[in-house]
Formats: sequence, structure tokens, C-alpha cells
Amino acid sequence: MSSQPGSHEDMSEEKFPERAHKHEGTVAVAESPFADPGLPPHEPRRQDIDERAAKRSERTVALLFTVSMLATIGFIASYVIFPIDKIVYIFPFGHVSALNFALGLTLGLALFCIGAGAVHWARTLMSDEEMPSERHPIEAEPEVKAQVLADFKQGAKESQLGRRKLIRNTMFGALAMVPLSGLVLLRDLGPLPENKLRHTAWRNGLQLINMNTNQPLRPEDIQVGSLTFAQPQGFSEGDPNYQSELAKAALMLVRLHPQDIKDKRELDWSHDGIVAFSKICTHVGCPISLYEQQTHHVLCPCHQSTFDLSDGGRVIFGPAGHALPQLQIGVNAQGNLEALGDFTEPVGPSFWERG
Amino acid sequence: MKKLSARRRHPLAALVVLFCALAATGGLYAAFAPAEKAQADSSQSLAIEEGKRLYAVGCATCHALNGQGTSVGPSLIGVGSAAVDFQVGTGRMPAQQPGAQIPRKKRIYSQTQIDQIAAYIASLGPGPSIPTKDQYSPDGADIANGGQLFRTNCAQCHNASGKGGALSNGKFAPTLDGIPPKYIYEAMLTGPQNMPSFPDSVMPPKEKKDIVAYLNKIDTSSSPSEGGLELGGLGPVSEGLFGWIFGLGAMIAVAVWVAARTTKARKS
Repeated sequence: MSSQPGSHEDMSEEKFPERAHKHEGTVAVAESPFADPGLPPHEPRRQDIDERAAKRSERTVALLFTVSMLATIGFIASYVIFPIDKIVYIFPFGHVSALNFALGLTLGLALFCIGAGAVHWARTLMSDEEMPSERHPIEAEPEVKAQVLADFKQGAKESQLGRRKLIRNTMFGALAMVPLSGLVLLRDLGPLPENKLRHTAWRNGLQLINMNTNQPLRPEDIQVGSLTFAQPQGFSEGDPNYQSELAKAALMLVRLHPQDIKDKRELDWSHDGIVAFSKICTHVGCPISLYEQQTHHVLCPCHQSTFDLSDGGRVIFGPAGHALPQLQIGVNAQGNLEALGDFTEPVGPSFWERG
Repeated sequence: MKKLSARRRHPLAALVVLFCALAATGGLYAAFAPAEKAQADSSQSLAIEEGKRLYAVGCATCHALNGQGTSVGPSLIGVGSAAVDFQVGTGRMPAQQPGAQIPRKKRIYSQTQIDQIAAYIASLGPGPSIPTKDQYSPDGADIANGGQLFRTNCAQCHNASGKGGALSNGKFAPTLDGIPPKYIYEAMLTGPQNMPSFPDSVMPPKEKKDIVAYLNKIDTSSSPSEGGLELGGLGPVSEGLFGWIFGLGAMIAVAVWVAARTTKARKS
């Protein structure tokens, strides 16, 4: 754009083509005041009439593209040069990673210069002649239409499609059946869920393992007002199904004063006020554990569904459709907490056949 | 020995024996007396005494004269000195007004006074005590393990980068940026306000130390921010807003600037 501002001074007027003499003399009254005025007369750009200016624009565009090339080389060079843990101080950003900063800067410069060069090229050197293009109806000519219909009729007659109905009907049948093979192949998209959605890894007698320490939890470990996460005994991160199994079996444990528990079944399924609830929201399955220890509310960070852990995990706010499933727990012979069975209802979001 | 026994009737003998006996008694007393402990005990009971006085003036209105609590303030029996050090040290207590949540503010009491109140509250019943510097100092901790524990136990409310977040009915999880390690440790230990506690029985001290070290590492007010501007670290909301307003805004501005200038030689 450097060649545009103040470009009149060094231009000789004789290079300009004649202006169209439109408004000379008295006001010309058009025949129809609302007729299409057409395009205004074409005005040349400086680069169209001055070869030196055109050369300058060419050099500017080439310079921008060259800067882009250099920036790309700089990108590759900084990737090689800067160690990943080098920290530098850059004024408005503070202490940042030298590698990240150099990569972002050089890549940004490379892309910007390509764009700026293309824009400058298009505006100063590519043709800017306005060209009207007439619109035509899409419809085919009547003769063409008649010809096509006649050809079709003749083809139908020659193939005897209308006369030999057996061929016609079996052909329709064959064409209708072929897509069924594709439909059958859809079955290979994956195994059916069967009853996977209804069961988790919890079984009667499995101990509750603290997610932090990987040790069995004991009732005396869990204080009123605390929050603990547990997984079933025998789980290990190396298992191929660890993540998908934990996504259903994740458990949160809180302890309430037994007199604060309003729901009779929740009290029955607790151990000395220790209650175990699924950590998976019944709305769309986000992990929920935003536990407020004074109100005993658990909040889901995704859509703000709120469950009351002192009242059977009842939904008190938000889009969740089911109460939070509770796991019945007890204490085994070693004094460790254990599950007394699986969840009695599916954990996580509702599904069509849930009932 | 003869020399000694020969002089036993000397007029000064009684005096010498007396001196020897006094020196021996004094020396033995100095050597065996539990002098340190006696001193500590008296300073401890002095602190409790002083703390009780401060408590009666500043805290008893809500928490009752003997810490048993009222309808506006919970019982403080058994909360331990760590809870006092956290609540008063971060300025949350004494509270300015009741509300959904008592916010952090400028603290009012000096550390000596806080220690005295803490000593008094600790004397009411057993509870978690103020951690030692060795327990919460980030030195020698496993930062990676701390990050894992933080994401399991804390990130649901405090956000993966510790910037805090909203809870229900005006309650919120505060940001953990710029909070001294001691208070983070005490918060985990005691579970202030609506935050659940993470007692040593389910989260051992070593793990708390790791979490404190992790938070110290990602705290951009003291550590470098590797990725440049954080935009609040709140995730897609602030980043999207920045992208839409400044990114798209800059593009529109450039497009307007380019199109507003004619390329024609005759500028009319």
C-alpha cells in the first residue's frame, strides 16, 4: 500500500485518459428517470498508467512474500534452537516460554505476509475492470425438452420395459434389495451394549479403595465434612478397561450425622453416616463432586444439576432426570469398608431402554 | 586425707562444707530440673489466657463465650488451631457480615494474637494443629503427583489451574493464586466453610505437600507463564471472548482500513 498515498504529485496529467464528458452544458433529462444508469466509466489506477508505480507495487508484493519465507525459516530455526524449558521476559506478557513465543511470532508473521502480499497484489496489479455478466433463465429450450422426452419414450419402447412386466418387477426388486447388504454391514460398527449400561464393577464384598493412597478405606478414616473418592478393589491403572470401568464405578464418600439423613433407604444403605454415591451425573455423565459440606449439596459443573446427598441424592435443581445412585456399603471382617452389591440402578445418563 | 581430717575442726570448716553443699545442690538442680518445660508450660498457659481474652472481645458474639457456637456461628470445640490460623490469618474471621460465604479480606490480628486465639481454641478440644513449615514447604515434593491429586480432589471446584469457580447460591471456590502454602495446607486439613476437608487419614501429609508444591508451580503470580497471556485461566469463556472481540475485531478493522482507501489514480 506504500505506493498509494500522495500519488498525485509526481504524476503527469497527460497520462490520464480523457474523462467522459457527461455533465456538460444544461441538465440532460433522461427519457426514463428510473432506467438502469449502467456502470460508471472505468477509472485507471496509478499502476495501470505509470509503469514505475507498477514496478514498485511488484517489489512490495515480492518483499512481503520474501518476509514470509524468512519467517518460515525462522520458525524452523527456532524449533531447532530453543530448548523447551527456556523462559524469557517479554514486556507485556511477562515471563514466557521462549520456544512458544518464537514459534507463534514467526508463524503469525509468515501467514500475515502471505495474506498482505496477496491483498496488495490484487488491489494494485491484478485487473480491476468491472465486467457485467448477463443472467439467463436456467430452463432448457422447448426444442431440447421435446427431444429428450421423445428419446426417453423411444428408449422405453425399444427396451420393452412396459411390455415385459416380469423383467421390470424383478429389476425393481433387485435394485431395492441391494442396499440391504450395506445395512447389515452397519452391525459391525461395534458390539451391542447389552447390559453393560446397567452394571458397574462393584460387587458384593469388594473393598472400597482410596483413590489417593490406593489403600482400603476404614470407617474411622472418614470424618464428617470430608470428601473421599474410592474405586473398587482389584482395579489397576494398567488394565485395558480401567478408564471405561472407572467411568462407571467412580464413587464419592461423605459422612453425615445420621440424624441429618432424611431418606430412610439412604440411612439403611449407609454405615454410621458414611454414604457412598456415584460420581457420575445422571444428566449427561459429567463427573460431579462439587460438594458443599455444610448444605450437603453436590453440584454438576456442566449444567448445574444439584443433588441433595442428605436426601437420597434427590435432584433439587437443574436438568438431571434421576436421583444420584447410591451404593450400599458395610464393613468386612478386617474392619474395612466394602460394597454390599452393585448399584441397583444404572449409573450415569438416562438411555432409551432404561425404563 | 589426713590433711583434710586434721583441719576438720578449723573455724572455717563449717562454712566451706556449707558452700560445697549449696553448690552441689544448685548444680544438680540446674542440671536436672525441667526448666525449659516449666517455662514453655507457663508461656503456653499465658497464651491461652491471652487468647481467651481476645476471643471474648472479637469472636464470642457469634461463637458464644465458651466456643459452643450460636445460631449465627458454628461451634469451635474441636476445630483445632489450624482452623483458627486459616480463618483469622486470611482475614475471613472476624466476619464483616453474614452471607452466602465469608470472603477473604485484610487481616486484623497480628500473627502473635492469632497464635494466642489458636492456643485457646485448641485447648477447648483436640483438633488439627497448625502445620510446621517443613510440612507445607514445596521443597522436595513430587509436583507431578501433586498435579494428579489436585485434579482428582480439588480441580472440580477450584478449576484445573486453581483459578476458582462458582458454586450454588452465591457461594464460590476462591482462586488459589497468591495464597501462602500454609493456608492452602490448613484449608485441606480443616475444610473451611463449604469446602469439604481432606483429613490426614484419607490424604496423608506427604500428598498435601505435593498438592501445595503443584499449586506453587502453576501460580503465575510467582512462576513463569509458559504459554504467554493466560486471559484469567478460566478456559473457553475468556479465551473465546478474547478471540471474538480482539481477533475478529482486528480482522474487521484491517478489512475496513483496506477497503476505505481507493486504489484509483484520481482520488475523487
